[in-house]
Amino acid sequence: MLARSPVTRAWHSDLVYSFRASPVAMLAALIGLILVAAAVFAPWIAPHDPMDVASLSLLDSFKPPIGMSGADWSNPLGTDNQGRDVLSAIMYGTRISLLVGILSLLFAMIVGVTFGLLAGYAGGFTDALLMRIADVHLTFPSILTALLVDGVISAALPRSLRESLQIDVIIFAIGISMWPSFARTVRGSTLVERDKDYVLAARVIGVPSWRIMVSHVLPNVTGPVMVTATLGLGLAVMNEATLSFLGVGLPPTQPSLGTLIRFGDDFLFSGQWWVTVFPGVILILMVLAINLLGDWLRDALNPRLR
Amino acid sequence: MPLLDLRDLTVEFPTRHSTLRALDRVSFSIESGEILGVVGESGAGKSLTGAAIVGLLEPPGRIASGEIRLNGQRIDNLPAEPMRRIRGRRIGTVFQDPLTTLNPLYSVGRQLVETMQTHARIPNGEARRKAVGWLDRVGIPAAAQRIDAYPHEFSGGQRQRVVIALALCAEPALVIADEPTTALDVSIQAQIITLLKDLTRDHGTAIMLVTHDMGVIAETADRVAVMYAGRIVEIGPVAAVVGCPAHPYTDGLMASIPSLQQPIDRLRQIDGTMPRPDAIPCGCRFHPRCPRVFGRCLSEEPDLMPAGTTRAACWLHASD
Amino acid sequence: MFGLVGSRLLQAIPVLLAVGFIAFALFAFVGDPVNILLGQDHTEAQRIALTRQLGLDQPFFVQYFRFLWTVLHGNFGVSYRVAEPVGALIAERLPASLELAATASVLSFVIGIPMGVYTGIHRSSLLSRVFMVISLVGVSLPTFLLGILLILVFSVWLGWLPSFGRGPVVQVGRWWTTGFASWAGIRALILPAITLGMWQMTLIMRLVRAEMLEVLRTDYIKFARARGLTSRTINFGHALKNTLVPVITVIGLQFGGLVAFSVVTETVFQWPGVGLLLVQSVAAADIPVMSAYLLLIALVFVLINLVVDVLYYVVDPRLRLRR
Repeated sequence: MLARSPVTRAWHSDLVYSFRASPVAMLAALIGLILVAAAVFAPWIAPHDPMDVASLSLLDSFKPPIGMSGADWSNPLGTDNQGRDVLSAIMYGTRISLLVGILSLLFAMIVGVTFGLLAGYAGGFTDALLMRIADVHLTFPSILTALLVDGVISAALPRSLRESLQIDVIIFAIGISMWPSFARTVRGSTLVERDKDYVLAARVIGVPSWRIMVSHVLPNVTGPVMVTATLGLGLAVMNEATLSFLGVGLPPTQPSLGTLIRFGDDFLFSGQWWVTVFPGVILILMVLAINLLGDWLRDALNPRLR
Repeated sequence: MPLLDLRDLTVEFPTRHSTLRALDRVSFSIESGEILGVVGESGAGKSLTGAAIVGLLEPPGRIASGEIRLNGQRIDNLPAEPMRRIRGRRIGTVFQDPLTTLNPLYSVGRQLVETMQTHARIPNGEARRKAVGWLDRVGIPAAAQRIDAYPHEFSGGQRQRVVIALALCAEPALVIADEPTTALDVSIQAQIITLLKDLTRDHGTAIMLVTHDMGVIAETADRVAVMYAGRIVEIGPVAAVVGCPAHPYTDGLMASIPSLQQPIDRLRQIDGTMPRPDAIPCGCRFHPRCPRVFGRCLSEEPDLMPAGTTRAACWLHASD
Repeated sequence: MFGLVGSRLLQAIPVLLAVGFIAFALFAFVGDPVNILLGQDHTEAQRIALTRQLGLDQPFFVQYFRFLWTVLHGNFGVSYRVAEPVGALIAERLPASLELAATASVLSFVIGIPMGVYTGIHRSSLLSRVFMVISLVGVSLPTFLLGILLILVFSVWLGWLPSFGRGPVVQVGRWWTTGFASWAGIRALILPAITLGMWQMTLIMRLVRAEMLEVLRTDYIKFARARGLTSRTINFGHALKNTLVPVITVIGLQFGGLVAFSVVTETVFQWPGVGLLLVQSVAAADIPVMSAYLLLIALVFVLINLVVDVLYYVVDPRLRLRR
């Protein structure tokens, strides 16, 4: 084979090929990219700042979206009961939803991967103990765990700290609820890798265990971790939205998509459906894109289906 | 007219890079009641031939060209339903691994009855009696009591006997036995082979016995076909092929079997490995490994040609 | 088999004890019950009296065992929020939650299993793709959003179905109340049941499909084909039976999801069940209710796991081997 640059090789690799061959994956990636861009650049490109109380005017309240009478382009998706622009609120909301989702995912990953490596590599009692804990944990659905953890910690915190730490508590709660799936995945892969020759060779040379785990085993278990991470991100976003909708999530001063949906729910019966539906649609699109990418990634990395 | 007649059967697997040709113009025939051994290394195409005959090629594999005739009638191009009726009823199959071939949730009796009733209208009571009879005939002790037992309650060898019963219970004229003893202990192997031979002799059934074990072939078959990289390289009466091989590959196979009489220092082997379907050499497929290769072998691919009492695809036997 | 049941129950005890400990720890370390029950202004004497009455001056483990003891007698304490016994609160709302959960489950089976079988057999047909898209949306749609959208369409715009509450209920026996007795009660059940069941239906469909695809690739299915069995026998006899065995047990284990999402569904539809109670309690930091809920859920999980194990044993003959 002629020598090719790493970029060329990556372009022709099986993974990228199956990406190019899958219109669904590309569409999902496109949607994801648009949403992420909107989220990241919201402070610059959002038409209004929904949190700036001074700019709000009650005269603008309950403007319908484009297509219905009484609408205009300054608020293409309409406004809520206080005159806040729905489109801008959505952009900022996406930003927060993604932020919380990613942070909790990272937390779950760090904790889960660490425990999984430990359990898989050490084996024996450590392994049995950690996996038992993970098993019991896994029988509880993540939303329930997140709800209870959030409730307990909020109750335990003195009232003064409750507000300011609310986001951190949410991130912790959601992250805690998801670590077992990472732990199990990594443990499984670690068990497989542990008996391979390259690990044995490293041990014979005298490389310390932690180093083996981090430098040798860890890179080889990234595949399944990526799949779990992608699907986990979708779950994290959904769980955060659910918690916010239930009223135990993010504070109203920094609304995520879930909080926005909660606001709008009150106006359903009076006919101002847009306040709740548009954030809902964006939420669905986001989770859908993430899940589609996760599904595609899982199929692409599955050796049996190739 | 032969019972089974394959002419120039070619099986291909279209993949994203190219089309792989797994079987290349395979031709042979099997007469009623005869046992044809099909021998070769793993990957030579033996099992694929069996799968193609009964129409069970795994997609994307497909028959690209050639004909398969059963009693003179073409079966390679039959639609699904007539093909299904042929399977089991006219051609039976025995698979390799008895531990996975039987449905673990069904009793053996039920699987037997179900097979028989698929192909003939037999009332339940009579079907059950026949099932017990078959279990008995394949050598399962206390057949009447074991009829409702589940597969996991039998040993590996017994399960293979059950599989043989299932293959024969619809009374086919031909049985394709794909490595029927490979997964079994050596001591059990002989019993199973003897069982197959006796049963088929009693019923006049022909067998296509696929295996990589030359010893089994030598003991059991009437004729033998040697496959290499998707082609038949030698075919003929077993005594001739085993005793006086005409193709260098067959010669190499026979020579690599150590003899119990003479002590030797090193095992003989054929250098190199069998090519994969995407890397078939030009000319004769075997030429890179052949100890007797010469000019013509590198450019022209030989077809089967007469070589004494057998036929071999080798230019050494070219008449011209 | 009794050995199996017995050993499972034995294993369950440490789990229950652990959960009990966590539940108790909630009481012990979170919040100040004396403060909450007496309000901000109370005298020192009142505090001492209540502390002694609640047994809060005892050493830690004594309190723990007292807690376990009272719990085993069905006494879960008094709610901070509504000052009623927690046990009664839960019992009052249990029938609502159970009826909703049962209906949603049945719906999800009845729709999910056939859909899964169909998409497993006819992998690439148009209808299969449609089903797969529906299932994908089902997985990506948070339950509360589905509920809201259903309310929007069927309650607000079409006005066909009620959007909150349980409708008229009828008292049955000493404790149970049912909504099935009247047509209005059933109508109130429809939207919440669909909302709750959607997620499980999606799960079942994908699971059945995946299992079918696996099973259809096995050697024994190949052998069944080689014996000339009809497609119908193979798909609905051999394949389906082997598919349902692991599916049944996974469904049992997914019970947790049902519990979780009923919390959300009950909130959206203001359905007076245990889930809504939990949300109200978490929002109000009502520890006794949260703690009781935790214990109850743990107990139910243990029971469900037990039932699942027994089911496995009954359905799969391989597990009946004597040890």
